[in-house]
Amino acid sequence: MRRIGIDVGGTNTDAVLLEDGRVAHAVKTPTTSDVTTGIVTALGELTRRPEIARGRIDGVVIGTTHFVNAVVQRRDLARVVAVRIGLPASASLPPFCDWPADLAQRVRGEVFMIEGGHDYDGRPIVPFDEIAMLRVARQIRASGTRSVAVAAIFSPLDPGCEERARAILSEECPDASVTMSHSLGRIGLLERENAALLNAALIDLARATIAGFIAAVRGVAAPLYLTQNDGTMMQAEMAAALPVMSFASGATNSMRGAAFLSGLTDAMVIDVGGTTTDIGQLRRGFPREANSVVEVGGVRTLFRMPDLLSIGLGGGSLVSADPLSVGPESVGYRLIEEGLVFGGNTVTATDVAVAAGLVQIGDDRAVADLPRSLVQRALDLARAKIEDSVDRMKTDASELPLIAVGGGAFLVPDRLAGISQVTHVPHGDCANAVGAAIAQVSGETDQIYRDLSREEAIAAAEAQARERAIVAGAERGTLQTVDVEDIPLAYLPGNALRVRVRVAGELASLTTQNRSNSGAARRTPREY
Amino acid sequence: MRELELDDVEALAVGAWILGTGGGGSPYLGLLNMRRLYAEGHRVSLMSPLDLADENWVAVVSNMGAPLVGQERLADSRNIARAVEIQQGLLGSTFRAVMPLEIGGGNGIQPLMAAAHLGLPVVDADTMGRAYPEAQMTSVAVGDLRPYPCVLYDPRGIEAVVTKVPSWKWMERVSRKICVELGSIASTCKAPRTGREVKDWGIHFTVTKAIGIGRRVRRAQRHHEDPVGAILDEGHGKLIFRGKVIDVARRTTEGFLRGRAVIEGLDEDRRSRLEIAFQNEWVVAWRDAAPIAMSPELICVLDTVSGEAFGTETIGYGRRVSVVVLPAPAVFLTPKGLDHVGPRAFGYDLDFRSVFDQGRIS
Repeated sequence: MRRIGIDVGGTNTDAVLLEDGRVAHAVKTPTTSDVTTGIVTALGELTRRPEIARGRIDGVVIGTTHFVNAVVQRRDLARVVAVRIGLPASASLPPFCDWPADLAQRVRGEVFMIEGGHDYDGRPIVPFDEIAMLRVARQIRASGTRSVAVAAIFSPLDPGCEERARAILSEECPDASVTMSHSLGRIGLLERENAALLNAALIDLARATIAGFIAAVRGVAAPLYLTQNDGTMMQAEMAAALPVMSFASGATNSMRGAAFLSGLTDAMVIDVGGTTTDIGQLRRGFPREANSVVEVGGVRTLFRMPDLLSIGLGGGSLVSADPLSVGPESVGYRLIEEGLVFGGNTVTATDVAVAAGLVQIGDDRAVADLPRSLVQRALDLARAKIEDSVDRMKTDASELPLIAVGGGAFLVPDRLAGISQVTHVPHGDCANAVGAAIAQVSGETDQIYRDLSREEAIAAAEAQARERAIVAGAERGTLQTVDVEDIPLAYLPGNALRVRVRVAGELASLTTQNRSNSGAARRTPREY
Repeated sequence: MRELELDDVEALAVGAWILGTGGGGSPYLGLLNMRRLYAEGHRVSLMSPLDLADENWVAVVSNMGAPLVGQERLADSRNIARAVEIQQGLLGSTFRAVMPLEIGGGNGIQPLMAAAHLGLPVVDADTMGRAYPEAQMTSVAVGDLRPYPCVLYDPRGIEAVVTKVPSWKWMERVSRKICVELGSIASTCKAPRTGREVKDWGIHFTVTKAIGIGRRVRRAQRHHEDPVGAILDEGHGKLIFRGKVIDVARRTTEGFLRGRAVIEGLDEDRRSRLEIAFQNEWVVAWRDAAPIAMSPELICVLDTVSGEAFGTETIGYGRRVSVVVLPAPAVFLTPKGLDHVGPRAFGYDLDFRSVFDQGRIS
């Protein structure tokens, strides 16, 4: 198998060619403001060598922080119509009610609230008011708004109202794209609705960006995928409908890449960049997910995201002696101009590491005059910050291995409290692109089973999720169950149990697959 | 009587969460309602319980049910106001003011929402001084005041009244059943209290206390000072432990979240362990197997750095915590009070002993 993985970060665009399970070639180029040019450059460098250009490429997988950056930087966002289904409950806190004012001003379109939704036990709050929904759909058509987000109370338990609303909308306003909250989030109406609103705001940008990606990789003649927050990938056309699902894919790819490069599946991962360090935990090769609110650009959201702790420590962190500090201030990407070893006159964490002989970068004579005591104290402080943060991210006291990746991984000492072994890996500085290249295909099912034992219901759900993953292009023999969740629904007769199962596996060789089916089929694309 | 500013309400949300002692639900949704109401021009005033005339009527309000359901159905300020109106109709007399059933958690904000719609002041008092899970765990129950009628309101147009029960425990059982049927959430207006009863049995100045604690925490956070120290100072509390959470076990039984958290000592508490049992709220703490703090005193588990409270639903491994005990309302320290909310009321066969009578154990 030969796959190209590309990570489009805020500063660098990294690309790797993965060939039969090893990194054959890696390149790093600056990210360009239009994103696409940087990818074209990286691909050009990667495929320039004849031995690479010759063979067939099975797929190009891109991970990007472009969409989350658009939210943070308040740019390229579309106006969104919000439809809340849940009256008479929830009325005093309408959609957008807890958004930062500047972002709401850009995104908030008309807000409609309709009777419907469900209770915690699955019974309807009141019957869904389809006539009101029809009226709303006609108003949306008349207004010409093309992005709609729909959120119903307890829709993760019963998505019926949201699905009916989408059916009415696609009938009445076929040009509108509809994001349903249950396809993104879990219990917590405001946070799930916020994720749907953000997604709807990003759909135009996602379509344009992904069209650019498709154009950029046309020369490679391979299918294009985008990675998701959970470490799996989605066919590019389908991913264009779910931009928020890629929000944290940079960090996820880094962790998955670390797993691949080290051969470890259960470990802590620390990704040390120029300004920040992300710490997370791998379980069975996938990042542990956050089960609490995650703020994106000031908006509280709750959906499938890796649980990460970010601290202000990196290769570009400023070091000062009195009082002693390392970060959070950083020279960032200007490290290569301002750091001592690069001829500048700012003391950075990289300079301290070079002075201590931990790494050879730039001109080490420039740090010969740094006081030994400062070097030692700064590194001790960096270690203390790392140890403390790694410990915070563990879920119990047992010792785990730790994989250090990222451009500043040299700041991670070889011994840390609570860690059985610290592993530095080759190509660790492009772990994110490696993680993109190895992204898996997933299948998910989420439905209610009756008159089955818990074990039988879970087995039935697993079988269905596996079939969906295989349809999406996964190799049967590589499928693994990644997530199982079951919730008893006491009100329904016959031991009703709602089961959600997610499986993931390697992409099957494309020669045996129908290409048009490739990509992750969490659900069919038009459902979004 | 003084008009509350929005900044007071923001501080109240922080302070109420701390006085929630791990439970009571987050005040976040209530705060969102109040921000909107203030933006629309509503204002709420706080009145001293001592300014009530003996014959005044006071509405005691709370949102009842599971915090998780509240996360979906959201707190609607008009529902709690409606519950008060229904109770007023039954009473046949007008309410002078609204007061919280419990100052701890989301219910610390509920009376402000009702008050904003009804144009009534909020009494600076409650009946718990914190958060507790059951209807008989109040100062008015300790005082054997009449437990009925209780109004439960659901915005589908359901108005339920528990007209008469022989005891507060029966009120808990019957109203809980109705609440579950309504979707495990209901806006409630408890038995009306007279001004005399509030003066005799209310726990006074707890709204001011919550605002004071919240304001000190927010100021300390802004100025990078020690917020835990600020809470100790403002709440006349005692720091009993600093450490790191190393284990949390939870189980849901009979509609309650029960379990234990184990904290390993840091700094001067190194080589010691604190174990805290919870039933929705933190109930009893043992230091190296010896009980050192217990209900009715308030056990607050705080983030050592930010001073924010941790809930029993969300606390997890690795959290750096400071465990602070705040004094109990005097009404709960009587033998009758301890029957209602002492350690035995939660199933722990311990005689109550105050942390404020003990030296610092180390």
